[in-house]
Amino acid sequence: MTGMIETEDLRKTETVEYWINELFFNKLSIKDYVKSLINPFNIIAGIIVLVGLAFIFMRFAFGLEQVTDSSNTQAWGLLLGVGLFVGVPFSASGFVMGTAVYIFGLKKYQPVVTNAILLGFLGYLFAVVFLMTDLGRPWRIYYPMILSFGPASVMFLVAWHVTLYLSVQALEFSTSAFEWLGLRGLRKLIVGATLVLTVAGIMLSTLHQSALGAMFLLAPGKVHPLWWSSYMPWLFFVSALAAGLVYVIIVSKLTQMFMRKSADERYLGSLDEITLGIGKACSLILFTYVGLRLASISYEDAWGYLNGFYGQLFIVEFVLFAVAPIMFFYGVQKKSVGVVQFAALGTMIAIILNRLNTVYITFNWQLGHHELFYWKEVIVVISILIIEVLVYRWIVNRMPVLRQHPDYIGEDLIFFFDPRLMFK
Amino acid sequence: MKMNRRDFIKIGGSMVAMSLLGTQPASSAGTHSFTGYPDRYGMLSDLTRCIGCRRCEGACNKANNLPAPKTSFEDTSVFEEKRRPYVADVQSYTAVNRFEVDGKTVYRKVQCMHCEEPACVSACLVGALQKTPDGPVTWNDKVCIGCRYCMTACPFYIPAFDYSSAFDPKIQKCFMCNHRIAKGIVPACAEACPVEAITFGKRSSLIKLAWTRIWGEPDKYIDHIYGEREAGGTGWLYISGVPFSKLDFQMDIGTTAYPELTKDFLSIVNLTLISWPAVFGGIYLMTKKEKQPHDEEMEELK
Repeated sequence: MTGMIETEDLRKTETVEYWINELFFNKLSIKDYVKSLINPFNIIAGIIVLVGLAFIFMRFAFGLEQVTDSSNTQAWGLLLGVGLFVGVPFSASGFVMGTAVYIFGLKKYQPVVTNAILLGFLGYLFAVVFLMTDLGRPWRIYYPMILSFGPASVMFLVAWHVTLYLSVQALEFSTSAFEWLGLRGLRKLIVGATLVLTVAGIMLSTLHQSALGAMFLLAPGKVHPLWWSSYMPWLFFVSALAAGLVYVIIVSKLTQMFMRKSADERYLGSLDEITLGIGKACSLILFTYVGLRLASISYEDAWGYLNGFYGQLFIVEFVLFAVAPIMFFYGVQKKSVGVVQFAALGTMIAIILNRLNTVYITFNWQLGHHELFYWKEVIVVISILIIEVLVYRWIVNRMPVLRQHPDYIGEDLIFFFDPRLMFK
Repeated sequence: MKMNRRDFIKIGGSMVAMSLLGTQPASSAGTHSFTGYPDRYGMLSDLTRCIGCRRCEGACNKANNLPAPKTSFEDTSVFEEKRRPYVADVQSYTAVNRFEVDGKTVYRKVQCMHCEEPACVSACLVGALQKTPDGPVTWNDKVCIGCRYCMTACPFYIPAFDYSSAFDPKIQKCFMCNHRIAKGIVPACAEACPVEAITFGKRSSLIKLAWTRIWGEPDKYIDHIYGEREAGGTGWLYISGVPFSKLDFQMDIGTTAYPELTKDFLSIVNLTLISWPAVFGGIYLMTKKEKQPHDEEMEELK
């Protein structure tokens, strides 16, 4: 009798241990897993993250002045400049690719859509992390949701939409997590709502991407005239479309280089065609952006500001924006994946410059010199970004993101709420 | 079949409900041709009268229970640099700066302008900043989340933030002594001024008073009340004997009330939320073929 009970118990722990090792430690024992983590990248990343976490602790214990050089004239520094205003446009990847695949029915892009949604989800999640670090009273972050409303504020809209969209993306990505955990029923429920979630994503994204630009409509004398324009909401939106797409191109390239183990043949084999396809879209979007930008500067009559430091900064940014669509076009014509990837990198730099110029570098241009890039703030920003990369890697190494889960191959989408049913 | 249609209506309904989440109700901060609260108070600074005694700063410090500053309020060495209100070494919601203009010494008092339609109020996502019907722009410590958008928005660089406080960082700015106004007492700075350079009163009467002074001595004053129209009008008004541009006044602000700048954008929010489901639902319908393999699966489900 007793022997039987013992065997049962043993078997149980074996299963749990097996399950844990299978899910969390890449089928290795804890010891081997920890050993497998020791490599130069992880060690350097770990050190930066530790220093960053120490600074973040200081910030929460002794106030924001510990880590930022934000002041009464320059209220926002790199934390929001990078975390919110640069991070969110690139996180458009989820909604742009979701729309292409689920609304426009472009099946060709199916292999990258899960990755695009994961990148979007993490982008928004970490935008909230950056925001929590920068908010004076982060424990009140939910106030605009339930306690006190300021509906005339563009930031109120951003807060609501980022919250809702973060939830939408969590649901969209949850299908992969459910596949990983083997929760078939839950997965089916969410897959059925794909269409609704995608349309909700479009509604929320168009508005808050443009709202990030609209926030600065309130600071006409502070944002430099070459960047401030009543067109800002549209400029931010159009460039966010490009940002989401080039983010997919660049991360796809990186996964091809560093994460082959977690990808399947279908994913790796489709990347070249997908990159060329996205390159076509980027070319068109960026031509539109350049046209819109020229129109906006003429409309605001700001060409006279081309002299001086800010003028030169503008020229650098603008040349990048203007060359990118031509390069995309050339790369697509020549079917050169490398040229398209290079153009994507140029676009990424242009968009990062554009956002930082608007909200940070040229901000308060009339007040003269202000301190840029306080080193502690840079470390905090980099360490949060590294944590984001590590979380991304952790998920991709476990869940079916760059590959299909063998149990679900061939299962097509069945929407619960399919508008076609209306016309039957 | 019926079930599916009902499902579709359900989801259509929930999408409409989602769109309504973004609805922006009209409010005083929403500025729909808002012409200001009647009988609101304001302040008038006459820069030809100010002697730079800094008593307004000291009175402000006392009235608002602020800590003592490093340099006393009698010390005139502070005029060596241009100060902004409330920073650690000022400890007052107002600061007086000295300017030399064409051989004349002119003092200018800086503080919140108490705009008629403030940028900060329209920026605040929790409604912590409010323009009260009495005239002061107030701040509610209980709901502020410390996002500092008010500071980014204010064209006068007024709201200040306590960067050294981890647990109770406050937005600091002049509240026009609204706690005193509520009791029927004149704001501390106006009371303390020995030369009547600061006048408290109804904004409408202050504008008449200002023009009366300008018309009475046209050679002494320049022909401009700063704040009468700037940024849609401000509660704090200035008259001066020298051009305002030489006293560090912001001259590029224009006469549009700041909330107008984001009004157009906010008006398209509901439009977008309501139209997009139809537009993209429609595109989805157009891109799908009538019969697809998974249609059959759906038939099986019925």
